[in-house]
Amino acid sequence: MAVVDMMQAEYQKRRKSQIEAIKKTDKKLLREMLYQMVLGRVFEEKAAEVYRMGKIGGFCHLYIGQEAIAIGSMMALNPDDMVITSYRDHVQAMVKGISPEAVMAELYGKEGGCVKGKGGSMHMFSKEHEFFGGHGIVGGQIGVGTGMAYAAKYKESGQVTLCFFGEAAVNQGIFHESLNMAQLWKLPIIYICENNQYGMGTSQERAMSTRNIAKKAESYEMANEFVDGMDVMAVRDAALRAIKRAREESLPTLLEVRSYRYMGHSMSDPGNYRTREEIAKYQERDPIVLFQDSLKTAKVFTDKDFEAIRQEAIEATKKAIEFAEESPYPSESELLSDVYA
Amino acid sequence: MALLTIRDALNQALREEIIRDENVFIMGEEVAEYDGAYKVTRGLWKEFGDKRVVDTPITELGFAALGVGAAMAGLRPVIEFMTFNFSILASDQIINHAAKMLYMSGGEFKVPIVFRGPNGSAFQVSSQHSQALEAFYANFPGLKVVMPSTAADAKGLLKSAIRDDNPVIFMEQERMYGMKGEVPEDDDFTIPLGVADIKREGTDCTIVARSMTVPMALEAAEKVQQEFEVSVEVIDPRTIKPLDIDTIVASIKKTNRLIIAEESHSFASVGAEITYQVMDRAFDYLDAPIKRISTVEAPMPYAKNLEAAALPSVDKIIAAVKEVCYL
Repeated sequence: MAVVDMMQAEYQKRRKSQIEAIKKTDKKLLREMLYQMVLGRVFEEKAAEVYRMGKIGGFCHLYIGQEAIAIGSMMALNPDDMVITSYRDHVQAMVKGISPEAVMAELYGKEGGCVKGKGGSMHMFSKEHEFFGGHGIVGGQIGVGTGMAYAAKYKESGQVTLCFFGEAAVNQGIFHESLNMAQLWKLPIIYICENNQYGMGTSQERAMSTRNIAKKAESYEMANEFVDGMDVMAVRDAALRAIKRAREESLPTLLEVRSYRYMGHSMSDPGNYRTREEIAKYQERDPIVLFQDSLKTAKVFTDKDFEAIRQEAIEATKKAIEFAEESPYPSESELLSDVYA
Repeated sequence: MALLTIRDALNQALREEIIRDENVFIMGEEVAEYDGAYKVTRGLWKEFGDKRVVDTPITELGFAALGVGAAMAGLRPVIEFMTFNFSILASDQIINHAAKMLYMSGGEFKVPIVFRGPNGSAFQVSSQHSQALEAFYANFPGLKVVMPSTAADAKGLLKSAIRDDNPVIFMEQERMYGMKGEVPEDDDFTIPLGVADIKREGTDCTIVARSMTVPMALEAAEKVQQEFEVSVEVIDPRTIKPLDIDTIVASIKKTNRLIIAEESHSFASVGAEITYQVMDRAFDYLDAPIKRISTVEAPMPYAKNLEAAALPSVDKIIAAVKEVCYL
């Protein structure tokens, strides 16, 4: 059975209890989760559009299809918890609190960007929001995130670290070096493998000798879970368990969150390595559609609410574009600043 | 003043900074229970325990990365590489991450970290354990590169490196750990990064040397003084990046001759960079072509005679002095 079909079967099994759980969940939180997912979707669609217009340069890796991962996990954090991710970072940046304006202006390479136009799509950062970037070397942030968790433990700050990476990064040495140290030294970190099934154009099957990434944690005697990345509530539940483990026992967890990337690896991806049918099959389990369906079944929200949320997201994205358009380019004095502290 | 080996001067610097700042910790292979592969961290684990002195698995990329993340999150790690040859495994974290973090985060995240350990040749340790990598790291904006040659410099510069808010590559030399020198006893003694030191004053010829070639240059200077009455000035930049080119240029304006002695290979070396900067700033003051003594363009051989032939030496420096002084 294909993994997507197994995930759907599992989803059907837990759906009833999940709807009961949704009924008991804070409505404000549910609304915010849905809003962030829709905002992530609308924002990225707009980014693709303006990229094609030449407004955004360089690389631009979009998150469309993967929203449930960032929202499900990050919205289970405390505000002072730390997050680090790969170059596919726009949505994580916004969920952590960086404004859509500052993210879009960064994509435009403008002064109003969250890092003053010096990082671009792959390098969103905000110290204020404990968002540690935005990193462009596959897997590099896994080691850096491990160090953030090390610092939290050293300082006894009580913070946990969420460290995101794609499944292709699991083949890098740094993944294994990091997991070994994290378990050895009992660090409060959650490694979130966003398994979107393709490392650029190479499928997991063509790049990895094993299928089950979560189980790799067992080589390090680390707690792990396989999670349906199209089901935001499932991601949230798994994240809550891992966060509790990190916060209360100072222990790491590896979550393999199985998802799917609708768009190409970056905006310059021809997409000739997979079929339209395959994409359509995953889109049937679209995370926003699934979540809205559950919310509706649970009688928490109606179609009218969904439309209002969508309009809000469209409005926020519009404002982000306006801000980015109007923000000036960085002054040339920025060229040589921030090289040394 | 106290007479200390470079090894003990470094040890004092680490000890004092661990006491001074609770966020300073040292991490690396065999730094704790084993007392350090070269005993630079001797006694520190016994005194400060597991939190401040941390043995790592042999996982250079991993613990370098951990250091970068910990520095971003507010600590001041000192990462020891057993030798800088092994730092090449970690160079992704040093170059792609530490060096760029402040810039690509628009000034949001500084990385106050020291990567330290022995650099260059040792005693017949052959090709993979004898490399001098300063030019490699000095090429990347965002990194500072420090190379002390005396016990006092070792202590003062390491303390400054630990207090610096940037990633600092701090390169020691295994052959020099046992060399002794006078070190001020003040536990707040520091030497600023980016300031060269004139190790010997002279009027006829300038030698710019660093790390292991400094004692060689000083010995060569004494010999040519006695034999040829040539007065050699020896300048140790101490910090490769930022480079104190002003002190070098001022010396050339006095001596009109320049020799650069370095342990790295010659191609695209720090010596090549100094040569360019001197051409740019002091071309008209030169009375002879600049000469450079480097390690030959071959991996380091094991055989004792071949190793000696590959490296800079007092005799090679003397020959260069004679050449630029037309003796």
